[in-house]
Amino acid sequence: MSLTTESSTNFWLTRPFSERSTQIFLGVLLAALALVTILHVVVPPSNPLHVGAYTVNLFGKYLSYALLAVAVDLVWGYLGILSLGHGAFFAIGGYAMGMYLMRQIGERGTYGHPVLPDFMVFLNWDSLPWYWLGFDMAWFAFAMVLIAPGLLALVFGFLAFRSRVTGVYLSIITQALTFALMLAFFRNEMGFGGNNGLTDFRELLGYNLRSNDTRLGLFLATGVALGLGYILCRAIVTSKLGRVSIATRDAEARTRFLGYRVERFQLFVFVVSAMLAGLAGALYVPQVGIINPSEFSPIFSIEIVLWVALGGRATLYGAVIGAILVNYAKTIFTGVMPDAWLFALGAMFVLVTVFLPKGVAGLFHYLKRRKRDDTANNDPNADPTSKEASA
Amino acid sequence: MRRFLSLALLCFLLLGITLTAQAQSTDAASNPTNDAAALELLEALDVESYTAKGEAITAILQSDDERARDWLQALLDGRLQRTDNGRFVLVLENRGRDWPVADVLTGEALGEMSRRDLERVGINNNLRNQLRSAIAVVDLYSPNVERRRTSAERLLGEVDGELVQPINDLIEQEEDDQVRYRLTQAVAIYRAEAGEMAGVEALDGSLHPRSRVALSRAVNGDDPVIANAAAASLAGIEQQLKINRGLETLYFGLSLGSVLVLAAIGLAITFGVMGVINMAHGELMMLGAYTTWAMQQLLPGQPGLALILSIPAGFMVAALAGVAIERGVIQFLKGRPLETLLATFGISLILQQLVRTVISPLNRTVITPEWMSGSLVVNDALSLTLNRMYVLGFALVVFAGLMLIMRRTRLGLEVRAVTQNRAMARSMGIRATRVDIMTFALGSGVAGLAGVALSQLTNVGPNLGQNYIIDSFMVVVFGGVGNLWGTLVAGLSLGVINQVLEPWAGAVLAKIIVLVFIILFIQKRPRGLFPQKGRAAEG
Repeated sequence: MSLTTESSTNFWLTRPFSERSTQIFLGVLLAALALVTILHVVVPPSNPLHVGAYTVNLFGKYLSYALLAVAVDLVWGYLGILSLGHGAFFAIGGYAMGMYLMRQIGERGTYGHPVLPDFMVFLNWDSLPWYWLGFDMAWFAFAMVLIAPGLLALVFGFLAFRSRVTGVYLSIITQALTFALMLAFFRNEMGFGGNNGLTDFRELLGYNLRSNDTRLGLFLATGVALGLGYILCRAIVTSKLGRVSIATRDAEARTRFLGYRVERFQLFVFVVSAMLAGLAGALYVPQVGIINPSEFSPIFSIEIVLWVALGGRATLYGAVIGAILVNYAKTIFTGVMPDAWLFALGAMFVLVTVFLPKGVAGLFHYLKRRKRDDTANNDPNADPTSKEASA
Repeated sequence: MRRFLSLALLCFLLLGITLTAQAQSTDAASNPTNDAAALELLEALDVESYTAKGEAITAILQSDDERARDWLQALLDGRLQRTDNGRFVLVLENRGRDWPVADVLTGEALGEMSRRDLERVGINNNLRNQLRSAIAVVDLYSPNVERRRTSAERLLGEVDGELVQPINDLIEQEEDDQVRYRLTQAVAIYRAEAGEMAGVEALDGSLHPRSRVALSRAVNGDDPVIANAAAASLAGIEQQLKINRGLETLYFGLSLGSVLVLAAIGLAITFGVMGVINMAHGELMMLGAYTTWAMQQLLPGQPGLALILSIPAGFMVAALAGVAIERGVIQFLKGRPLETLLATFGISLILQQLVRTVISPLNRTVITPEWMSGSLVVNDALSLTLNRMYVLGFALVVFAGLMLIMRRTRLGLEVRAVTQNRAMARSMGIRATRVDIMTFALGSGVAGLAGVALSQLTNVGPNLGQNYIIDSFMVVVFGGVGNLWGTLVAGLSLGVINQVLEPWAGAVLAKIIVLVFIILFIQKRPRGLFPQKGRAAEG
């Protein structure tokens, strides 16, 4: 154990691999990806164990939500910033991807215009707005998936952190940000399809989005992105920078007095988180086949926070668990009794904050500790140091 | 149109004072001889030829029968019908298969008749025009002032050479100032359009759109003196209009602002004292609005009384709900403002869904009582809607009341002490928990009051609160926490800014600009317009 720690501490990005939690997380993730792939490809459709294309697609959606939750946990769990506007970064990443996919439709749209997407033809526009230029090139669009949300986070974060806006003020301002963006994107004049958003996508990098193989590919790609995003976040929080940001979370003024430029650390982490959220959005859009302004709605952003809170704040893997649990529950509920979903969601908010402040992950820890304490009590001769080693 | 008008008016001129005197006597005496004559007049209407019908209409106009207007109106609407046995009836409501009818002559209700037994007295477009003009002037002789007013207003721009003299005569007899003013204007418009100096002079300062049309025609006239005078008046009028438009924007802005103040002020109190953001604040407003609706359901036919009663009721309902939220959830989350935010958000979802499930997902209609509807007409270009004025006044009263509570009562003193320094206040013997509950009740109650006021301005639905929550937070952030004056100034100014921006930016963009403005504003002043001073500021 100590040997691996020695060898990997040299490089910050590989450090997470030496952590037990990361190893378990990556192991579970890989196993899940492999299992779903096998059940989808190898097991014949007649077998009850077969995982259909619809389910693969659904899992892919959950994984992109999980990546988003990881991004939120990075800022909330390790920086103490409760962002109620991460849906905005998610949606912007999604729109960047959506714009690329729109351009890929080409002449196959309803109006058959070679360049303009259908909704622009419908609005009688004669040319592409400048911000749509370049989105026919995949590399440019994929770069924008990260750059656009990153840039927004940079500007917003710079303004907010510089003037030391923190706590509930910051939360409300982030909520106002996503609310303002939602209103803006609802406008047809913005050139993002207004109310309907962007939809009717056909292919991504030449692969037909409606084929099952592409769906499986997207699912796997999302899984890989989640793994990489997780490692990146883990690496950040275990680095020195991460320690400063945790210090900022716990005592901002004290950290500042120690000589750290708190706002720079905050800004860095915030921008990274926004980019991850953008990536999640970009992976989400081709899987659901639509992006519209409702992703900007404040309620969605606040739901993301619930995923993290439910899973367990400041654990990262808790965020993943929370995102998958809540969304699975949502799928079930909205299918069986749609009216009850908001009751359930509201109750979850209340119950989690009041009774489960550390989330499901905290529950794990609690159970683990109790078990350990039990064994320690049952075996008075046990060596206390061995307890430490096992932990 | 004009031709008919002058024709009709000339008819009246012939009849002269007699008719006026007759019309102003309110008792509609229907004696047998009168009825016989009236029946004859009506019989004349039921002929094949439209020319003959036109003459019959003129005859009815010339008759001094008090009921002429109703007949003509009914004829115009196609409600003047004849039964199988040749009786003339008025159809009161032509819907369904059986129509309720009334006797034309006596006005007595005759019950329902099958539509198949009735035959309409038909008219064509020409007659329709003639009837409309005739009815317009008929009203000028009506004993009812309201009718004379509307009729006079309809005359603006419809006067021609033949009408000037009769109208001038009418002006001399008229007792009501408003009718006289309108008639003078109507003549002046005719004169100005004809290029007469008197007309241009008389129109100076008139804000009616028709007057402006007349003046701009006079500007293009041949006589340079008159054209110049007209241009000068026109410029003056434009200036006046601009001022009036500005006043209107200000009024709408203040009205929107007063709503924001009402919505935000309760929030400001709870946030100031407890450092807690209550995301369910909007839903407490919604409860207040639904209380108004429920009150009106309980007291059908008395919307005004119900509204007044729902002020205390809305306060109590929201305050109780607030206390329940505080005791049930918030007290367990002391010192964790972000978690409180999430928990109260959950409560807001539950409340919304509760209303959707229990009452209805659709909007409910809350009736505006009579004394609150309508508008205060200042001049031709500016009229202020009464309901907004009441809400503005209500907001100010609530504000004053809260101010009084904060400054003059024991509770206010304790609230201020806890806001400034919780630990110190507690060590001085203030029971902070009790203050928390009281403040939360007060803040929530004010939210309920806001809901009662809002029910008069917007739709009452499950999403009512959601639409205001972000705006109210912006007001609190903008105004500074723990300062009621800050909330008032911030709310009113944000409302006005929003309304000023709206004409050239559009409603949505205006909202976005305001949000961006606030985000930038707290760069400069992170603690709002009126920050708290002293140690309390370090939180």
